[in-house]
Amino acid sequence: MTAATTAPVRDEDDDDRAVESGDPFDRDQLPTPPGATGTLLRSLLSPRRGTVAVTALLLLLQQAAVQAGPLLVAYAIDRAVPAFRDDDNGPLIAVAVGYLLCATAAGALQYAFVRASARVSQDVLLDLRGRIFRHAQELSVDFHERYTSGRLISRSTTDVESLRELLEEGLQELVMVVLSAVYISVLLLWLDLGLGAVAVVSFVPLYLLVRSYQRRAKRVYRKRSTAIAAVIVKFVETMNGIRPVRAFRREAANDADFAVLNRRHERSNGDALLEMARYVVGSRVTANTTVALIVLWGAYRVADGSLELGVLAAAVLYLRRLYDPIDRLGMFLNSYQSAAASLEKIAGLLAQVPSVPEPAAPRELPERRTGLPGREVVFDDVRFAYRTGGEVLPRFGLRLPAGQTVAVVGSTGAGKSTLAKLLARFYDPTDGRVLLDGVDLSDLTGRDLRREVVMVTQEAFLFSGTVAENIAIGRPDATREEIEQAAKEIGAHDFIAALPDGYDTDVRKRGGRISAGQRQLVAFARALLADPAVLILDEATSSLDVPGERAVQRAMATVLKGRTAVVIAHRLSTVEIADRVLVMEHGRVVEDGSPSELIDRTGRFADLHRAWQDSLA
Amino acid sequence: MPTTPSPPEPRSAVRALLRLWPYVRPVRARLFTAAFIAILASCIGLVIPLVLKWMVDGPIADRDPAGVWLGALSLLLLGLAEALLFGFRRWLVARPLSHVEASMRADLYRHLQRLPVAFHDRWPSGQLLSRATTDLMLLRMFLAFPLTFLLVNSVTILVGVIIMLVQDWTLGLVILVPAVPVLITCVVFEKRYSGAARRAQDQVGDLTTVVEEGVLGIRIIKGFGRHRSQALAFRELSGKLRGTELHKARLLATILGVIVTLPELAIGAALVLGTMRVADGSLSTGTLVAFLSTALALRWPVDSIGFLLAMSQEAATATDRYFEVMDAEPESGRTAGSRAAGATAVPPLAATPGAGHVGGLRFENVTFRYPDAPDTTAPVLNRIDLHIRPGESLALVGATGSGKTTLTALVPRLHEVTSGRITLDGADITAMSREELRSKVAVAFEEPTLFSASVGENVLMGGGAGDEDLARALAVAQADFAHALPRGTHTQVGEQGLSLSGGQRQRLALARAVVGSPDFLVLDDPLSALDVHTEAAVEAALRRVLADTTALIVAHRPSTVLLADRVALLSGGRITAVGTHHELLRTNPEYAHLMSGAPAGEQEDQR
Repeated sequence: MTAATTAPVRDEDDDDRAVESGDPFDRDQLPTPPGATGTLLRSLLSPRRGTVAVTALLLLLQQAAVQAGPLLVAYAIDRAVPAFRDDDNGPLIAVAVGYLLCATAAGALQYAFVRASARVSQDVLLDLRGRIFRHAQELSVDFHERYTSGRLISRSTTDVESLRELLEEGLQELVMVVLSAVYISVLLLWLDLGLGAVAVVSFVPLYLLVRSYQRRAKRVYRKRSTAIAAVIVKFVETMNGIRPVRAFRREAANDADFAVLNRRHERSNGDALLEMARYVVGSRVTANTTVALIVLWGAYRVADGSLELGVLAAAVLYLRRLYDPIDRLGMFLNSYQSAAASLEKIAGLLAQVPSVPEPAAPRELPERRTGLPGREVVFDDVRFAYRTGGEVLPRFGLRLPAGQTVAVVGSTGAGKSTLAKLLARFYDPTDGRVLLDGVDLSDLTGRDLRREVVMVTQEAFLFSGTVAENIAIGRPDATREEIEQAAKEIGAHDFIAALPDGYDTDVRKRGGRISAGQRQLVAFARALLADPAVLILDEATSSLDVPGERAVQRAMATVLKGRTAVVIAHRLSTVEIADRVLVMEHGRVVEDGSPSELIDRTGRFADLHRAWQDSLA
Repeated sequence: MPTTPSPPEPRSAVRALLRLWPYVRPVRARLFTAAFIAILASCIGLVIPLVLKWMVDGPIADRDPAGVWLGALSLLLLGLAEALLFGFRRWLVARPLSHVEASMRADLYRHLQRLPVAFHDRWPSGQLLSRATTDLMLLRMFLAFPLTFLLVNSVTILVGVIIMLVQDWTLGLVILVPAVPVLITCVVFEKRYSGAARRAQDQVGDLTTVVEEGVLGIRIIKGFGRHRSQALAFRELSGKLRGTELHKARLLATILGVIVTLPELAIGAALVLGTMRVADGSLSTGTLVAFLSTALALRWPVDSIGFLLAMSQEAATATDRYFEVMDAEPESGRTAGSRAAGATAVPPLAATPGAGHVGGLRFENVTFRYPDAPDTTAPVLNRIDLHIRPGESLALVGATGSGKTTLTALVPRLHEVTSGRITLDGADITAMSREELRSKVAVAFEEPTLFSASVGENVLMGGGAGDEDLARALAVAQADFAHALPRGTHTQVGEQGLSLSGGQRQRLALARAVVGSPDFLVLDDPLSALDVHTEAAVEAALRRVLADTTALIVAHRPSTVLLADRVALLSGGRITAVGTHHELLRTNPEYAHLMSGAPAGEQEDQR
C-alpha cells in the first residue's frame, strides 16, 4: 500500500461537509439498489411464511376473544337483564360461559402468540446476523480497509437491534391496531350503521396524520442511525488504541470529540421523541373529538328512541378501544422507521459485491510437476492500480520456480506488499494474471487457494480463545500433538509452556499477556500448521529478535523445505537464507539474483549489505 | 470464545435501578412533572366513563337536550385535555431522556479512557461497546416508559379500583380477587427473568466481540480461508443468544397469559353478578356501564404490567452491567507510591527528590507483577536497577517475551510498579500527576496506532505546535511521504490508519514521539517495520535528536542498538549486563546470541 491510496476525508463535526466529499464510505451511506430494503425484509420473512401465518392467526383469534367482551356486556344489559327479570337464566348463563371461554382463550392464545412471534423474530434475527457476518467475511480486504470495524459492528449490533424491536413489538402492534380497527369498525357498523360510519370517517384525518408523521420520522431516524454508528466508530477506535491514548494524554481531546458525536446522536434521538409527541397529540385529539361527536349524536337518537341505550353503551366502549391502539400505531411507526433506516444500511452493506469473487467455473490445480511440495508462481504481465487511482505496479512480469525462496527488498511504496497481496489474492490485478502452476488464481476456489497459499503479515492479531485455538486456525482439524509440534519447530513452545495454562491459556484472561514478538511466533506456528505450497511472509519477522528470526528461518529450511516462499523483509539477515533476491523500486524489479551475486555487484543491495555487516562488527 | 468478565450476582432490580439516580437527578423536575401529568391524563381517561354514566342515567334517560350538549361538550374538553397532557408529557421528557442516555455514555467513555491499561487487557472491547450502546438504549427506554408507566399504571389501577369500589363495593371486591395470584406470578417471574435477561445481554456482548475480531483479524481469516469456521463460531454464539431469547419469551408468555386471563375472568364474574343486580333493581344500568367501562379501561394498565416488568428487569441488568465498568477503579492520582512502602530496602538517596545528582531516568529496585497474576508466579520484572543519565540513551535488549515492553510501560505509568520506584530527574513519578508525567515522557509504541484525524493532528498529539515542529518531526522520522499525500499533512488517516503501510505508520508514530522535543523518550522497537534504506536515514536523523534527550530504546537489532550510548540486557526479569554494544558483544554470550544469532555457547543459567 502506498501513499497513492486516497485516505478517507472525514469530517466528524459537520454532516453537510461530509456529504460534499462525495465518497459513500465517508458518509456511511453505501449505495442501496432501489427496493433493496423491502427485498431484504421479504427474503428474511418469506422462508418463515408458515410460522408467520400461524402467528398472525393466533393474534387474530386472540383479538377475537378479547374484543368479545363489550359485545357480551351489550348482550347482558339488553337481553340478560330483562330475561333474568322474567326468571329466564339462559341468557345470563350464556354470558357467564361466554366470558369464561373468552377469558381463558384470550390468555392461552396470548401465551401461544408471544412464543410463536418470538420464534419468528429470533429466527429472522439469527438469519440476518449470520448474513451480515458471512457477507462481511466474504468482502475483500480493501472493503474492510475503507468501511472501518466500528461501522460493521454498528450494522450487526444496533441496526439489528432496531429490527428486533420492530419484529418483537412493532409488528405485533401493527397487526393489533389493524385487527382491532377492522373488528371494531365492523362491529360498530353492525351495531349501528350511522355511529359506525362516523367512526370510519375519522380514519381519514388519522391516515393523513400517520403519513405526515412517517415522512418526518424517516428523516430523523436515518440521521440517528448514522449518528450512533459514528459514536461506535469513535468508541472502538479509542478502546483499541488505549495505550497511545494514555501516553499522549488524548483523554480530554477525545472526550471533546466524543461529546460532539454523542450530542449529535442525543439531538437526533430527542428529535425522534418529539416527532412522536406531536403525533400522539394529533391522534388523541382526533380520537377524543370523534368519541364526543358519537356520544352527542347517539344520545339524541336514544332520546328520540331510534337507538337502544345498550347499543350506545357498547358503541362508546368500543370506541374507547378503537382509539386506544392509535398510540401504539405511533410506536409501530417509530420502530418501523428506525428499523427501515437500519435495514437500508444493512441492505447497502449486503449489496456490496466482493471485489475478489469466487470463480463461476473453478479449476483444479494440476498434480505437482516436480517432486517438491511447492508450486510455481508466475506474474503474467500484471498491472495493479487502486480503484481510487494511483498505479502501484506498472506491467510486471515475474516467474518464481517451485521450491524457490525469494526475498523481496525495497523501500516503502516500492510495491512489495502489493506483490504479496496479489499473490494471496487479497486483491485481483487490474490487468494480467497471477498463475499458480499455470492456473489463474481467480479460477481457484477459495478453499483450494487458501490450502496452497498462506500469508503471514506483520500484524499478528490474536483471536479470543486459547493459544492452541489460535494456532489451530492454520488447520482446524489438527491434533494437539500437531499444534505443539508446530510451536516447537518455530521456537514458540517454551514461552507457551510457561504461560499459566500452557496451550490452554486464554489470551484475554489472567496472565495471558503475550508480547508482539510472541504473537508473531504464534502466527508462524499457524502458518507452519497450515503446511502450504506457497508461503508469503510480509514483513512477518519485524518484531522478532535475531534468535527468533533464526528459528523461523530454520523451520523454513527444514519443515517447509521445498515450498515456494516469498519473503518481504527489511532485515538483511532474513535475506541471507533466500535463493534469490529481488530489489524493487517504483513497482519494478531493479536487481535480481542470488544474495551472493548481488553482494558482489555494485548495486543498492551491496551497499546495504556492507552497512549491515558493519553494525555487527 | 465467550468472555464474560465477571459473573452476575443476584441483586434486587430496585437496588440496581436506584443507582441511576445521579444521572436522573438533573432532570428530575421534568421527569416527575411528566409522571404527574401522565397520572393526570390517565385519571381524565377514567373520568370519561363517569361522564358517560351521568349522561346515560341523566339527560339521555330524561330526554334533556341541554344536558346532552353539556355532557358531550365536557367529553370533548376532557378528551382534548387528555390529548394535550399526553403530548406535553412526551415533550417534557424527550430531550432530558436523550440527555441522560448521552451523559451516561459520555461518562462511560470518559471513565474507560482513564481505567488502567490492565483493565482493557482483560475486557474485550465488544463487551464494553455493548454496554455503551444497547444497554444504555435499554435504560433510556426504561426511563421513558416502564418507570413512568409502572407508577402511572399503579396509580391508575388504584384510582380505578377506588372508583369501582365507590360505585359498588361488592362488584369492586370481585374485581380485586385476582390481584393476589397476579402479584405472586409477577414476583416469581421477576426472579427468573432477571437471570435470563443478564445472560442475553452478556451474549450480545460476546457476539459483538466476535464481530469485532472478525473485522480486525480479517487478513488472517482471509489468509487461511477460515471465514467459514469463523462464521460457524458466530452462528453458534448467535444460536445461543436465540435460545436465551426464546427462554425469555417463554417466561414473558407465561406471565402475559396469567395477566390477561385472571382479570378478564374477574370482569366476567362482575358482569354476571352485576346483570343479576340490575335485574333485581339493586343496581342502576348506568352504574353497571360505568363500572364495566372503568374495569375495561384498566385492562391496558394491568395487561402492560408484564411488559413493563420485563423491561424494568432488563434495565436493571443493564444498569448492573454499566456500573460493573463504572465501579472499576480508574488510575489513581499520585498515591501509588504508598504501595511501594512494603518494598524492600529503598536506597537512601531516593529520599532526596529533585537532587541534581540523580538526574535522568532511574529505576530503583523495581519489581513488577501484573496485578491480576497469582502471587506464586515469578514477577515479570525483578528488582530492576537502571540509571539513564541526562542526555544519555540506553538500549534495552532481551529475548522475545523477556519483559522489555512491560518495562517501558512503567515509565509513563501505563502499569504501576509493584514495588520500588522510578524517578525522572530525581522526582518519583508517582509524586507527579499523570498529566505532568506524560507530558515529560513521549512514547512510540511497538504497534503504531494512528487515530481518525489528519496526519498533522496525529503527529502533533505528541506536543509541539505549528507547522514548523511538524515539518521537523516528519523530517526526523523520514516521514516526508506525508507531504505527498493527497491533502498533504491534512490528509485524514482512517480508523487505525489502515490506509497507510506499517512502515509509514511507524514513522508517523515516531514523529509523534519526537515532535514535542520531550525531556524523556521511550521508544519500543521504533524501527522494526522500516525497510533498510529508510532505517538508515531515520537512524541518522534520530541520532541528532537523541544527542540531548534522555532515552530508553527497546531494540532487537544491532542497527537500533547502535543509536544508543549504552545497552542493558534484560534476562529472566533482571538486568544481567550493562555496557556498550561492542563490550557486550565480546563479553556476554547471551547478548552476542541475541544480536547475531550465533550460538550462545553454553546456555546461560537464567537465574
